[in-house]
Amino acid sequence: MVRPQDRKFVTADPEKCIGCCVCEYACSMVNEKTFNPTKSRIRAMRMGPLINMAITCRHCEDPACVAACPRDALSQEDDSGIIRVDENACNGCGWCISACQFGAMNMHPDKKIVFTCNSCTDNDTKEPQCVKWCPEEALTYVTAETLAQKYRQKAVKNLFQAAEAKSK
Amino acid sequence: MFAYAGKILHVNLTTGEMKNEPLSEQMAKDYIGGIGLGIRLLFDNSKPGTDAYDPENPIIYLTGPLSGTMGPTGGNSYAVVSKSPATGGIGNAEAHGFFGPDLKRAGYDAIVIIGKAPKLSYLWVDDDKVEIRNAEYLKYATVKETDDKIRAELGDFYIRVSAIGEAGEKMCRFAAIINDEFRAIGRSGMGGVMGSKNLKAVAVRGTHDVNVANLEGFKEFVKLIYERMKGPSTKKYKTLGTPENVLVLNSLSALATRNWTNATFEGADKVSGEYFNEHYVKKIVGCATCGMRCDHIGVVPEGPYKGSTSRLEFECLWSMGPLCGIDRLDAIIEAMRIVNEYGMDGISIGVVVAFAMDLYEHGIITKEQTEGIDLKFGNAEALIAIIHKIGKREGWLGNALAEGVARAADIIGGDAYKYACHIKGLELPGYDLRTLKTAALGFSVSFRGACHLRNGAYSPDVKGKVNRFKIEKGRGKMITEESYMYNIIDSLIVCKFSRGTYYDGWKDLTNYYTLATGIPITPEEMIKDGDRIENLARIFNIREGKGTRKYDDVPYKIKHFPVPDEGPAKGVCVNDEEMAVGLDDYYASRGWTVDGIPTVERLQQVGLGDLAYIAEDAMKAAAEAKPEVAPEAKAQGGN
Repeated sequence: MVRPQDRKFVTADPEKCIGCCVCEYACSMVNEKTFNPTKSRIRAMRMGPLINMAITCRHCEDPACVAACPRDALSQEDDSGIIRVDENACNGCGWCISACQFGAMNMHPDKKIVFTCNSCTDNDTKEPQCVKWCPEEALTYVTAETLAQKYRQKAVKNLFQAAEAKSK
Repeated sequence: MFAYAGKILHVNLTTGEMKNEPLSEQMAKDYIGGIGLGIRLLFDNSKPGTDAYDPENPIIYLTGPLSGTMGPTGGNSYAVVSKSPATGGIGNAEAHGFFGPDLKRAGYDAIVIIGKAPKLSYLWVDDDKVEIRNAEYLKYATVKETDDKIRAELGDFYIRVSAIGEAGEKMCRFAAIINDEFRAIGRSGMGGVMGSKNLKAVAVRGTHDVNVANLEGFKEFVKLIYERMKGPSTKKYKTLGTPENVLVLNSLSALATRNWTNATFEGADKVSGEYFNEHYVKKIVGCATCGMRCDHIGVVPEGPYKGSTSRLEFECLWSMGPLCGIDRLDAIIEAMRIVNEYGMDGISIGVVVAFAMDLYEHGIITKEQTEGIDLKFGNAEALIAIIHKIGKREGWLGNALAEGVARAADIIGGDAYKYACHIKGLELPGYDLRTLKTAALGFSVSFRGACHLRNGAYSPDVKGKVNRFKIEKGRGKMITEESYMYNIIDSLIVCKFSRGTYYDGWKDLTNYYTLATGIPITPEEMIKDGDRIENLARIFNIREGKGTRKYDDVPYKIKHFPVPDEGPAKGVCVNDEEMAVGLDDYYASRGWTVDGIPTVERLQQVGLGDLAYIAEDAMKAAAEAKPEVAPEAKAQGGN
């Protein structure tokens, strides 16, 4: 059994992400065989030229979407943390959409049931397609632990740079 | 059909009528999409002599065959074509960002809009459901406010809006249509046409699939282009950005300064790409489905314009900077932000202000006429103040300048025309044509007026491939051949910044097209499409009485004010003799008559034989006009 801190999910670096939506197109191309961002499992938010970020399912521990579903249509895979949707049980009521704080649950425009990130890793790179295609290298497929390490390293660097600048 | 939506929507704003028309495969293959298809639809849906601001003048929104796919730059684009209120000929512009793909997903290759709404309205395209909605609450709203309010009203963050600001509503002749805050259908006054129709915006939500013919092949091809975009061919756009041109052109004595008074700018270092990036650029962002990022977002860190935020490219930096003698980037960023709010062409506005400054310096307009603005070259506060007046058409001068330099010169009178730098009514872009003479010829023959993007004629000059101080035989062919590529780029609607990534040139472009659409096309056929589009645009301009030789000229100032700056360019300007050599050479390379009229044979070759009557009429008129010219010329010689 995979330890919770070792589960991987897709995350965007807010400093690198420019909201270009390439992830959306890659996702719909691979998972839906068409180009259509409304069928993408990752969505880019462009709130202005300086505020952009792509968001998808973070495979939370104890996921609110699963808890919210009145029809037990959602379940979480133990090892990967991927949220699976039972397409026969889901009736598209959208409780999970209200429950998710990241807006990572989406309503499929044709199937009229919810869908979310399935970590579509391939055999080449072991990374989801959005990560592979991201032209800014802003998306990474990480564990909570590596993400925390990355931000700790950055925080320490910033602190020492600030201290150095002050001493000059 | 694949990649194409296969559908053209016709909207009549006067009656509210709407109807769909299918797009035929032949039309798709002959005109590709974007401006090619747009010019054809404009031709077919307009009557000769219709004024640009007449309700019957159609304004046409277009996608390209690649719009809505993940094709880098081709995926995110749209174009607008109409008769230009600036030139009276073809008006066209393209914009990238996020609007185009939604228009395609909504299911349209084109929307042809005619008529005039009884009150300020916007067009809401929600897939197959299209509605003309009230926009009176958006009167004089900025482009960004319009975008925000429409999305709030309709309740969907992902709705994309292409809108005009106050300048468009007030029918400024260089008003732009803007999407995504700063992506502009900038040149040739398309925003004014929107305003004349009481059309504040087009809002769109597209949720249909866009399918390509060969998904695996297309995927491999676009992956290759995304990879190439990480390489050297797009480095400029990803690093310093187009403002890199400031120092390059300055070193060539080609940085037009103070309304083409000088060709070098003493303050260039303070408005250079290097300085801009070091002191102002906060983030470099980009459009949807693109592997480059080129939008250098400048934020003013301190001073009177602290916090002002805008994207800035070379052309607008130059027009509101060196061309106005201004070396303050904080003011230029603020000016750009305001220009985008009003919705004006960032090139034309700078040329218009520089023109007014030139007149003020020469005493042709007075401080009374400027209503107290000290409109001297270099006065950044004056730049901001006059932009507000133009955007609002406020006062005598603001109103005159909103007409563009050509008409403003007529209104102001006297010697004003000598300082009005335009071709066919469209203001010159950022190159000094006195020291870049291939560009002088290329810009003069562009079908949308002064334009560096109809044939890229500045390139051989700047790259040192030719003697840029003279026009000689051979330049015509160069311009002709480049025009094919530029016409196709704007019909596929791929970004011009991406042109270096098509290593195999036409082969890459035809491959791209066929993988997406499934329509086989050879490089020869595509080149012929490029040629057809140019000839059709020329024939349209001739039909409108604006397309013959006498309209292919450079501004008075370029011909009569030699470069005064020390250096290799000192004393240079363009003379009529070399222009004549250049035009003869260019027309010959196109198979046009000496009057610049496509021959019947030529039109037949490019599949436009049915329009030969327009060329024949123009030839007759040219022949009749000639004897009248001769005695006049003699009389002048006798003096």
